[in-house]
Amino acid sequence: MSTTLTPPPPKKINRIGLEVLSYKGGKTTLCAGCGHNSVSERLIEVFYEMGIEPWKVAKFSGIGCSSKSPAYFLNLAHGFNSVHGRMPAVATGAILANRGILGIGITGDGDTASIGLGQFMHLLRRNLPLIYVIENNGVYGLTKGQFSATADLNSTLKTGVINDLPPFDCCSLALEWGATFVARTFSGDKRQLTAILKAAVSHNGLSVIDVISPCVTFNDHVGSTKSYTYMKDHEEPLHEVDFVPHFEDITVDIAEGEVQDVKMHDGSTLRLRKLDRNYNATGKFDALIALNEAEKKGEVLTGVLYVNPDKPNFLDMLNLDDAPLATLPESKVRPSRAALDELMEELR
Amino acid sequence: MSTLEVSPAAPCSAESVRRIINDFTIQVATVNGSGSQTANSVLMRAIFQMGVPVSGKNMFPSNIAGLPTWFTIRASGHGYIGRKKEVDFLVAMNPETAREDVMNLPAGAAVIYDEPLKLNALRTDVHFYPAPFDKLVAPVCPEPKLRKLVRNMLYDGIIAYLLDIDMEEIRKALITQFGARKAKAAALNLGACQAGYEYASKNLPKTDPFSVERMNETAGKIIIDGNSAAAMGCMFAGVTVVTWYPITPSSSLVETLIGYLKRHRVDKETGKATYAVVQAEDELASIGMAIGAGWGGARSMTSTAGPGISLMSEIVGLGYYAEIPAVIFDVQRVGPSTGLPTRTAQGDLLSTALLSHGDTKHPMYFPSSPDECFTMAGEAFDLAEKFQTPVFVMLDLDLGMNNWMSDPFEYPTKPLDRGKVLAAEDLERLGGFARYKDVDGDGVGYRTLPNTSHPGAAYFTRGSGHNDRAAYSEREDDYVNNMDRLNRKFESIRGAMLKPVVDSHPEAKIGLVYEGTSRYAVEESRDQIRREHGVETSSLRLRGYPFTHELVDFIRKHDRVYIVDQNRDAQLLALMRLEFDPADIARLHSIRYYGGLPLDARTISDEIVRQEGL
Repeated sequence: MSTTLTPPPPKKINRIGLEVLSYKGGKTTLCAGCGHNSVSERLIEVFYEMGIEPWKVAKFSGIGCSSKSPAYFLNLAHGFNSVHGRMPAVATGAILANRGILGIGITGDGDTASIGLGQFMHLLRRNLPLIYVIENNGVYGLTKGQFSATADLNSTLKTGVINDLPPFDCCSLALEWGATFVARTFSGDKRQLTAILKAAVSHNGLSVIDVISPCVTFNDHVGSTKSYTYMKDHEEPLHEVDFVPHFEDITVDIAEGEVQDVKMHDGSTLRLRKLDRNYNATGKFDALIALNEAEKKGEVLTGVLYVNPDKPNFLDMLNLDDAPLATLPESKVRPSRAALDELMEELR
Repeated sequence: MSTLEVSPAAPCSAESVRRIINDFTIQVATVNGSGSQTANSVLMRAIFQMGVPVSGKNMFPSNIAGLPTWFTIRASGHGYIGRKKEVDFLVAMNPETAREDVMNLPAGAAVIYDEPLKLNALRTDVHFYPAPFDKLVAPVCPEPKLRKLVRNMLYDGIIAYLLDIDMEEIRKALITQFGARKAKAAALNLGACQAGYEYASKNLPKTDPFSVERMNETAGKIIIDGNSAAAMGCMFAGVTVVTWYPITPSSSLVETLIGYLKRHRVDKETGKATYAVVQAEDELASIGMAIGAGWGGARSMTSTAGPGISLMSEIVGLGYYAEIPAVIFDVQRVGPSTGLPTRTAQGDLLSTALLSHGDTKHPMYFPSSPDECFTMAGEAFDLAEKFQTPVFVMLDLDLGMNNWMSDPFEYPTKPLDRGKVLAAEDLERLGGFARYKDVDGDGVGYRTLPNTSHPGAAYFTRGSGHNDRAAYSEREDDYVNNMDRLNRKFESIRGAMLKPVVDSHPEAKIGLVYEGTSRYAVEESRDQIRREHGVETSSLRLRGYPFTHELVDFIRKHDRVYIVDQNRDAQLLALMRLEFDPADIARLHSIRYYGGLPLDARTISDEIVRQEGL
């Protein structure tokens, strides 16, 4: 019997002293193997690794399987599971009220591309600082397997029904409508999804991340273009995505080959090691052309399609007070008696 | 061919009439887009400046230019500022409607008209004042493009002469209207006005009985529309997030508010705004933003009209069930559907009180005057935050868009009531909280705002079933407990709601219950009933919903209680039916008007006379 005691290994903590446990959510009620669960897991890692105070984060969602997932990460963050397709409006109000929030919206293809398409467009137009994740599986899961507006033409339902309408490509639409950060990735691609989410955290504006996230119950069969098998065979990465937060030294990762560095608003760096040498992630038309060509070839292009770190966000455009509007003191929000007297005098 | 017939009545002459002072209605019939608004406002203001109580009502089409518009100005020494049905003094500027307008006049009325219309051939029992508008405007307005606008000022001058309105008051009103910066425009208009006055004094001997005499009933008062008053109320209530989608008749509420906020709510040191205004893509978005902002801790509001209320239904239900404050102004217009967008009604009461699917109910305020628009805006924000629920302020087009005489608003001295919000220090002290737990017995839980720096601050807000810790639940007991608590909360709101204004006459067997702009017609009608039939009445003016016990007390004190509704289906009465005992309901009778115009006293009096058999 040994008499020496080995001290327990030190708990792993992040740069603000929190364990990964502080970033966990409730137990998922989604199906085992659902792509959405991988997204939740990546979010837990990303917020933990970046050392973000979880109570600064606010999670928003609409209705659907995807919209349930905010309950499965960051229990220490406020969450708001709102109304089908209207999450953009709710998030807009909350962020205007409380600009200290780091907002993340989780939606699905029903929320974004059908019932909420209008709100999605206007959200893009406003460039609200919000991470907007589309957990895209091309199917309505919660109502048991109807086609969504992102289902590919001629893809089949489990029941054999063939989709005869063309899909919306949320990334192309986002580019057209003025997005400042557009990415597409696959829920099964841990490394790429993590890097993209980290870059989105640093983006000063709206980041649209279309995550192909297979539905194992209703849309993971032969004939589906949103299945694990299809994605593994047809994913075409544009580049290897790396993200270096502002608190880390960029020199740790000297890349070979052609690299595009994008300086983010907060001083961090989005590093794109190009696989396609001609691709320029700061060119909106390059992105649109690339998406168009990939579609013709039946490929799913992944990576950061477009980033513009310079456009002012909605809060800048509104010239909002630096302090959150929610907690401004009465002295700042109720004008003086003299102001009322002046207004009354003008009406006499 | 006209279907109107000339009524056979005694011809008018100057000798046969008595003088009628400070008791008449002027109606100006024009085409919209012709710029008559300035002339009408100036006329109304000039009478107001002479100390005579006055009201102005614009009856306009849902159109930008080319359709008939009527503006009525009522001067009343008695202080009656509701609409009066009969027109005493017509200014017939619209050839399209001139014949019908003249034929609708009561005998003894007066008409100013453009000479080429030859309206004097229509009747012999009204006083005609023809004037050659085109000839008169040319010399005073050398710029032909402006003549169409300036032309209207001629009738102000003619009326000033005929009604004995002081031209100095017209001049002052013009300066107020145009402001110091547009002195040139004011001078041009004044010139036209003087030309009209001079023409009338030389060519139009007065034969009608109407005139204005100075009084002292408007000293210190202001003139303002209800929408502007509500906007001002919002600003002084500390509103921070304003979201909206343009819709008649509510647009001017937010448009005016934007002007006020730019002036008074930009921090002088930093130049930054202490508010956000967002014109949303639709009403689904405007209410979504307002609810999101209320959740985030802002004093948030939106403003709309009936069609917008219908669209907001789903998210208002979320606000009710997830318990989120927001203030919603409904400037009611005539429905259903698009209805009559520029006409007034109180037709959203029932749908708003119960807006959204499932069991929902919402508090409403019923302002009746600009002063109440101002104060009730403040009340609504306090109520919304105190009880964590959407609160409605129910204006109507008549109140919102017309100009009203009002006492100046009093500066609010009550501090803002931000409700039960736990800060990080509170959480540290309490060691945690349950979002929907009824700790205080009033049905209202404690909430936290996002971005509260404490690991115990977060909770999950959802429109799906939840327990008192805000966790997802489909359990029967959790659902029932939650719904019952929401009911308790509604009872607490009832306790906090503004009490009605009661005027009880000890001998009255009849009571009148009403809200909002019905006030002016009811007050005048009670005088009519007393004067013409010797019958006393009592009245109760509701200032909000849920109803307070004063209403039941009032109903029980009277044999018959008339509920005045500006809608077809007696919606205010229907709300009472939902909660009162059969014995109380049996005493209720209905008086309804739903023609789209502001309610007038005679309509109410006629109904009381008919139903009472007086």
